Amino acid sequence: MFEIFTRLANWLIYDLAGLSAETKMGQSLHFFVEDTSKIFVLLVVMIYLIALLRASLNVERVRDFLAGKHRGAGYVMGAGFGAVTPFCSCSSIPVFLGFTSAGIPVGITMAFLLTSPLINEVAVLLLLSLLGWKFTIVYILVGMAVGIAGGFFLDSIRAERWLQSFAAKALEQGRKNSPVGGSAVASMSMTERHQFARDETLEIFGRVWKWVIIGVGLGAALHGFVPDGWIETHLGSGQWWTVPAAVGVGIPLYSNATGVIPVMESLITNGLPIGTTLAFCMSTVAASFPEFILLKQVMQWRLLAILFVMLLFAFTLIGWIFNFIFPVL
Amino acid sequence: MKNIKVLGSGCAKCTKTAELIQKLAAELGVEATVVKETDAEVIMGYGVMRTPAVVVDELLVHSGSIPTQADIAGWLQS
Repeated sequence: MFEIFTRLANWLIYDLAGLSAETKMGQSLHFFVEDTSKIFVLLVVMIYLIALLRASLNVERVRDFLAGKHRGAGYVMGAGFGAVTPFCSCSSIPVFLGFTSAGIPVGITMAFLLTSPLINEVAVLLLLSLLGWKFTIVYILVGMAVGIAGGFFLDSIRAERWLQSFAAKALEQGRKNSPVGGSAVASMSMTERHQFARDETLEIFGRVWKWVIIGVGLGAALHGFVPDGWIETHLGSGQWWTVPAAVGVGIPLYSNATGVIPVMESLITNGLPIGTTLAFCMSTVAASFPEFILLKQVMQWRLLAILFVMLLFAFTLIGWIFNFIFPVL
Repeated sequence: MKNIKVLGSGCAKCTKTAELIQKLAAELGVEATVVKETDAEVIMGYGVMRTPAVVVDELLVHSGSIPTQADIAGWLQS
């Protein structure tokens, strides 16, 4: 089914541009054309279809649903909704405060916010087409686990102690009030759903296409220009310290899942161990300096530091576990 | 005289929304002040979770996207 994109790349790079499949340049450009064309077509089709399905899901409904839920179930559902609810990372502060003022515990809110950038339809689609379904399932499970365990941990250390005072007050207020009555849900006609899905496709595509090009471009560069075997010789045996080092570099860096997944594919095929790759890529997606600066509005330094260390620890652990079990599988 | 606030933490869409409202107000000859509100606490006060959001004379009228020109004209002329 995807062969058409290989042929397109063959025709464009080898026939039209006359580059040889033997050269690094030819290989890199071929990889770039094949992957970007494939990803673009898949993205448009899938974003549209998924948007049709979830047209009536939004953060307000998720909040009403999570408010007053039992904690245990709350973490799992918070992470689950984080994966499927559409929302722009520029809204993460209003969402954090909206959840908080509805009395939802900080841990459940953070389960939602941590999982959200890691798992979304674009990420899943890219993973499926570049790395196969097994890896996709592993990725989804790990992403959910980070959100759930992270949320649980934050509540167990009573992270709400270190919110900024107005946010803490809002949480206190929200707990006293009974959960907000469900916001009115209008049922949507097919035309409205189509309209929503069309807008959503245009908007998401408009936002991510450059990331695909950057990601695939970097991936292509890695494919073509890093000498074969370099990564494998130097980092391939999964020395224990490579994982925390990769995470330490990854957390301050910002990328979204769309940009990083093509790089992941490239790193793995170049022989970087799977755990190290996952740890590096997930840490670039889940957290970044700009995000920490935004969170400063609602959290005290102490909580930010805890969050940073928690993520460092979580992704390092994931890296070690996968480096350990994958060779065994 | 309309008192309009655009709520949002400085994302590109919020800036666009404010500009669009200002432009339409000028075109329609409606007197309006447009202020961008970026303070998280104030945004929370309006119960807004999706930005950009628009508040007209202290009433929340829109949330989650750049509003359409028709919507804006409606608020300005009501």
